[in-house]
Formats: sequence, structure tokens, C-alpha cells
Amino acid sequence: MTKLFTSGFSHLILFIGIFIMIVPVWMIFASSTHTSSVINMGGLQMFLGESFYDNYLRVLLYKGGFFKEITALKMFFNSFIMATGVAILSVVTSLMAAYALVYYRIKYASFLFWIIFITILVPLELRIFPTYSVMAELNLVNSYFGLIVPISASAIATLFFRQFYKTVPDELLESAKLDGANTWRFFIDFLIPLSKTMIVAMLIFMFVFGYNQYLWPLLVTTSEQYWTVVMGLKMMSGSIVHRFAFVIMSMVPPILIIVVLQKHFIKGVFQDK
Amino acid sequence: MKKVQFKSSYSQYLFLAPQLGILLIFLYWPIIQTFRDAFTMQDAFGFGTQFVWFDNFLFIFDDPAYFIAFKFTIIYSFVITLITGSIGLLLAVQANNVMHGKSAYKTLLIWPYAIAPAVVGVMANYFFSERFGLLYHLFNNIWGFNWYESVFDSYIYVIIAGSWKQISANFIFFLAGLQAIQKSVIEASMIDCKNSFRRFWTITFPLLMPTTFFLIIINITYAFFDTFGIIDTTTIGAPSGETRTLVYKAYMDGFRGLDLGSAGAQSIMMMLIVLVITIFQFRYIEGKIHYN
Repeated sequence: MTKLFTSGFSHLILFIGIFIMIVPVWMIFASSTHTSSVINMGGLQMFLGESFYDNYLRVLLYKGGFFKEITALKMFFNSFIMATGVAILSVVTSLMAAYALVYYRIKYASFLFWIIFITILVPLELRIFPTYSVMAELNLVNSYFGLIVPISASAIATLFFRQFYKTVPDELLESAKLDGANTWRFFIDFLIPLSKTMIVAMLIFMFVFGYNQYLWPLLVTTSEQYWTVVMGLKMMSGSIVHRFAFVIMSMVPPILIIVVLQKHFIKGVFQDK
Repeated sequence: MKKVQFKSSYSQYLFLAPQLGILLIFLYWPIIQTFRDAFTMQDAFGFGTQFVWFDNFLFIFDDPAYFIAFKFTIIYSFVITLITGSIGLLLAVQANNVMHGKSAYKTLLIWPYAIAPAVVGVMANYFFSERFGLLYHLFNNIWGFNWYESVFDSYIYVIIAGSWKQISANFIFFLAGLQAIQKSVIEASMIDCKNSFRRFWTITFPLLMPTTFFLIIINITYAFFDTFGIIDTTTIGAPSGETRTLVYKAYMDGFRGLDLGSAGAQSIMMMLIVLVITIFQFRYIEGKIHYN
């Protein structure tokens, strides 16, 4: 009996938690399917209206009005390029750097270690204007390169890969050496397949991290053609229901990725088997 | 360190080069510039810069707005850490407790983690607007809530906006921490202690210390840096600068005021704060927790 009671209590608490998470998003979504006059008269809505296609298609495809020279579709494209670029660039460079740190007897190893890891303490927000002036000097303002590379300058994935490599048994390298594998073969044929879970988790993490950037794209893009979705929230004008629709659409890609790939994500980050 | 390693050769530098190159150009170079900015001042016409020692730092210490931002940042990170940590822990304990639907609950509670702070801020905005904000009117009816004018009310606004999505991260990590605790420990404790409430605080919670501690750092970092997008889409510092975090203030001074010297000095002050927190983490807390 008490068991039934406590588990009923647990379900209740969890339902309240889920309610608090879902209801705000649901209300914005429901409101985004109405016309502006409904919102202006009656505020946020709890139930769906009939303007779903009108509102969403207009935001996605229409140029003038909502933003000046760019459709939301192009902004999703930009965000996708940026997030993918950040994910791939940071994961590949981190994989390689962690490999050198763990599998080589390097001179000044601890110095290199600190050079790389102290950067975690200095997030982009703390060096945003100087980073901008570096980008301006290198002529990278208003480019995908400019959106991607400074965000990829992160050693977080390196830290995870380094921890992971350290748990790989020494016998792996010994047997690979017996098989005649050189350093590249060992890295590509042995270590990378072994780190697959970790690689996927880091790709997801860095993709969401890149997609969700707000301040940096705001600063480094002056041309609308490079605007991303999340920074676009700052630039919205136009009717309230179109804004609702844009807000809802902006959260779909990262949520989808996290929900669909959550098993890989959690497995990699927590290293449970 | 590994017992078996490759001997030092040119190839190790090839592996290190991409990341080191990116870090040097896009991280170290800007950091050096931050220091240069912080110790120089541009003359009024922008023709040249002058080395001014610690003048920029003295100016920020003289600026009451800096202390207002400092106070807010401390309060904000403390309250967010407390709220999101305790709600996350509560939900994780319940999710770990249920027999059925554990993974469904996980999925239903994990997704807000993925939403950008700026998106959360824009959403919160709709619930706190004077025109049709549900929470605005609810709170307004109870105690005359008005974040446009009351500092306390604007705190409530940004705290709710800032905590909402961060509950997810705390939930995920606490749940993973709970699941990592060995079944046998829990079963043994069940024999020794019948009271489940006491059992949690004397057995389970101490075993969760590494997770708790890790989350404190994650939450503080979040409140310091990631909330920029939330502040910028909600109060923008309203009523009059009381809800600006240190990062937000530094950005505004540098961007709107074009005062790069002050922005640089503020950045360096924040680097020092982060450094102090990190050292504190390694020195005082890490030594006191038991890892199993």
C-alpha cells in the first residue's frame, strides 16, 4: 500500500514538472495558429486555431515585412551551416588534440595541457569585442567562416576525449603495434571506431551549442544574408502571430535532435554502457 | 598517463596543430587584445591610444552601476543554482523512484535543455508583458506586480525566465548520478533505515555530492554567461540597470558606449572571478567530497 502511495506521489510530482515545461510552449504554439485579432482581443490561447498554414508558410517563405531581405527558410539554412560547421570543426580538432596529449610522450606536455584547457575558463562573452576586431582584421565579418570558427575555439570536447582515451586499455595500442599499425592507422582504424559513442554525443552537444548562439551572430553579421534563427529573434518585427510562429519554429531543430538522439547523447556524456 | 605511447615525432604536432592554431588565433590573440584594451584609453577623437595603467579598473570601481550589476549577478547565480538544483533533484529522485515510464519521463523533461536562452527569453516576454501576459496579470492581482518599476518584481521575472530551461540540465545530471549509485548500497541502507526521507539525506545525497558539485559550477557558469540572451530579450536591465548581469553590462558599455577600455577591464575582472571560483572548486570542495 505505501509502495503504491509513494509511487503515485512520484508520478504526481513528475506530472507537475512536465506541465510546467510543456504548457508555456504549448500556449505559444496554440496562439501561433490564430489570427492577430484573436490574440489582441483575447490574449494567449490554450486551443488551436485555424491559421497554422497561413502563419507558418508566410514566416518561412515571405521576404518583405517580417524581416527585410531574408526568409526564415534562409535563416534556418544559415543556422544549420553554422551548427554543423561548429560541431564538425570542434569535434575533429578536439579528437586530434586529445590523441596527441594522451598517446604521445610530448615535451612540455603539461604546458600544452594548460594552454589548451585554461581556455575553458574564458568563454567568448569575455573576449567578444577583441574577437570581433580580429575577425574584422582578417576580413571574416559576414561570412560562414566568421560565424563558425570562433565558436569552435573550445576545448570542452578535448577534455571529454582525453578522459575517454585514458580509459582505453594499453593492450589496444600494444596489439595494434604488433599488427604493424602506425600512429595514423591506430588513430583512424582503432581509436575512432572505439570512440563512436563519445563522438556522436559531442557532435550533438556542439551542434546545439552552435545553433543556440545569440550574441556572436548578432555582432559578426551585418548583412541579413548571414542572419541565423536565434539572433533573428532580436530582429523580428511584424504581427504577433508571425512572431509566435517564428519562436516555435526556432526551437524545433535542437529539440528534435536532443529528443531523437537522447540515448546517444546521454550515453556519451555519462559514459554509461 | 599511458604506459605505452608513441615516441615524440613530427606527427604529434600535426595532431595538435588544428586546435592549437584555432585557439591561438581566435582565443589567445583576442585575450591579449582584451588586456591591451583594459590598460589603455582612446583619446577623445579616436586618433590614438594611451597606456593608462589601472585607470580603467579604477573607473569601474568608482561606478555605482558596476556594483549593482555585481550584486545582481551574485544573487542571480545563487538563486538560479538553488532553484534549478532543488527542482531538478526533486524530479530526478521521483523519476528514479517510479517503476514504469522512467524513460518516457526522461524524454518529457529533457527537451527544454535544447532551447536557446534567447528563445526562452522571448517566450517569457509573452508571459510577462503588460498587454496579455498571464503571469504578469496573475502576480499583479496578488501583490501589484510590476517589473517595469519594481526591482524585486524584475528579479522575479528574470529568475523565472532563467530557471525554466536549466531545470532540465539539473534533472538529467542528477538522474544519471542516482542511477550510478550501486543497488547494493541502497538495499543495505533500506535494512538499516526504514525512514526513506532520512535515508535519502544520510545515504543517497552524500553519494550524489560529486554530481551536486559539478552542477553548482554548471549553474553558476550558466547564470554568469548564458543568461545574456535571456536578459537581452526580457528586461534589458529594467527597471534601470538592476537586472543587468556583469556580462551584459560589459557588452553594453563596449557596444553602446564604445568604451572598449572599460569593457576590457570588466572582462578581466570577470576572468578573475571565474578563476577564483575554479580555484575554490579544486582547493576546498573537491577535497571534501567522497567519490565512490
